[in-house]
Amino acid sequence: MKLFLGFVKKEFYHILRDRRSLFILFGMPIIQILLFGFAITNEINNVNIAIFDHSKDITTHKIIDKISASSYFSLNKLIENEDDIESVFKKGKVKAVLIFERNFNKKLLTNEQPKVQIITDATDPNTANTIYNYINAIIQSYLHEINKDVPVVYQITPQPRMIYNPELKSVFMFVPGVMTVILMLVSAMMTSISITREKELGTMEVLLVSPLKPIQVISGKVIPYVFLSVINAIVIILLSIFIFKMPVQGSLILLGFESVLFIVTALALGILISTISATQQTAMMISLMGLMLPVIILSGFIFPIDSMPLPLQIISNIIPAKWFIIILKAIMLKGVGIIYIWKETLILLGMTLFFVALSTKKYKIRLE
Amino acid sequence: MENVIEVNNLTKTFGAFTAVDAISFQVKKGEIFGFLGANGAGKTTAIKMLIGITTPTSGDATIAGFNVYTQTESIKRNIGYMSQKFALYDDLTVKENITFFGGIYGLNRNTIKTKTRELIDELKLEQVTNQLVGSLPLGWKQKISFSVALLHRPKIVFLDEPTGGVDPITRRQFWEMIYKAANQGTTIFVTTHYMDEAEYCDRVCIMVDGQIEALDAPKNLKKTFEVDSMNEVFLKLARR
Repeated sequence: MKLFLGFVKKEFYHILRDRRSLFILFGMPIIQILLFGFAITNEINNVNIAIFDHSKDITTHKIIDKISASSYFSLNKLIENEDDIESVFKKGKVKAVLIFERNFNKKLLTNEQPKVQIITDATDPNTANTIYNYINAIIQSYLHEINKDVPVVYQITPQPRMIYNPELKSVFMFVPGVMTVILMLVSAMMTSISITREKELGTMEVLLVSPLKPIQVISGKVIPYVFLSVINAIVIILLSIFIFKMPVQGSLILLGFESVLFIVTALALGILISTISATQQTAMMISLMGLMLPVIILSGFIFPIDSMPLPLQIISNIIPAKWFIIILKAIMLKGVGIIYIWKETLILLGMTLFFVALSTKKYKIRLE
Repeated sequence: MENVIEVNNLTKTFGAFTAVDAISFQVKKGEIFGFLGANGAGKTTAIKMLIGITTPTSGDATIAGFNVYTQTESIKRNIGYMSQKFALYDDLTVKENITFFGGIYGLNRNTIKTKTRELIDELKLEQVTNQLVGSLPLGWKQKISFSVALLHRPKIVFLDEPTGGVDPITRRQFWEMIYKAANQGTTIFVTTHYMDEAEYCDRVCIMVDGQIEALDAPKNLKKTFEVDSMNEVFLKLARR
């Protein structure tokens, strides 16, 4: 035990004296969470639009007023001829152009259904879609207003209620993802790098010639990272609670348990990587390409798994991060207990056991 | 004198390739035993079998009385090892390195303290005890690395090309340390590329293509091959 403590102490010296590791360990989580929290958002705000109004009557004016009064849009330009439409898009000044047809008011009053064309810049499809939906909603609400006194015979009113994230804050979606990415990064990449570093320096050889058992060598290297990963997880959760008002509805103990489980999965992967790579560079490349990319792309962190093609959906099942994100969202946002996530937990546990077994087997007791 | 290393027909094959081909030799207690050979002659593989990190394919060997197949743990407790990279941790201070390596050999805190004191006095390291090893010259690292390998008073020390990249004066000083350890009864098993160093050994063994081509005291070898230096002995053997 004393022997082991000496080992752990030495490992902490390595980490604390290396500015690069310190930055990856403590700078990255904070930067990532702030970036994802503030910069990446699906909401739109102050989008510039232009208007080409052929009729210039009371109705079109009211609609234009209503649109520019909302905080979503700001009126950038009034276009007077057809050619300008393309040029404003090309210059990138506006994201959408609204075209009201001639005799708008008159057609409306005579029930001829006047048309307003909404042209959106779909270089960014998601934003284009959102803009269209917002403008559509504003026009619909105007219609409701003017129809207030007219009895409508048949009408259906959809009443949306968004549960678990009523304000539709995108940060609620990113926090579980960022936490997953960071735990993966710290646990897998940092351990694999620190093990291969000893191989490169030749100290691994000395350790293997010493009476230490390989299992002691490896756990001595890994334990400090478990500790640091747990601290990281706590920092991320605190940041998201206090800065982004992210709720943690479920049990903190369960959250802690699941996080430790995932950390162990990542560590086992890290050991596995270190057994197949001879240099720190290789270990880093494998961690980045082999772990980070799938974690970011196939885990449901950013792109919804349900809308992926079937083969990718099937592949996503073997990515531990996918299950961990499901668990995190369930605990943090839905506040469910183990009864609802035992299946995901079991899958994660199975994967962990598999990787631990594989990495122990692969870890070469004898230097080749 | 008792034999601390006994090797009989030790062989290691990797697939169809025979890296070490049925080598046999004995090393006596307190002897400085030189292990020579060109790159790829099988030296490293042979050492790895002797220190218990590679299992031999066939043959027998006992190190300090322990079997290389079944008692590797006991072997590891009774040997010291210094690799050609002078493996110390660059980002740890001299003192921390000594404490760490003492610790992994199970020395208790007080022993480590006294040993550190002795070592620092002996190598005149007072000024650098709390400096990071990475900032020290190669020669110092080499000496510290050797002393660290001796910390737990091993019966045998294996030195794998311990003088690579070090200047002649430092090499000379290093050999003085080796002599001192040998005089205190530690057996030294050393591989080297420098033929002048081979002259310092009590006996040398020259490996060519996995086999032992010559094994004797440097003086006798020179006589047998009718040459003046170990260098010529080596060249004659390698060209055969």
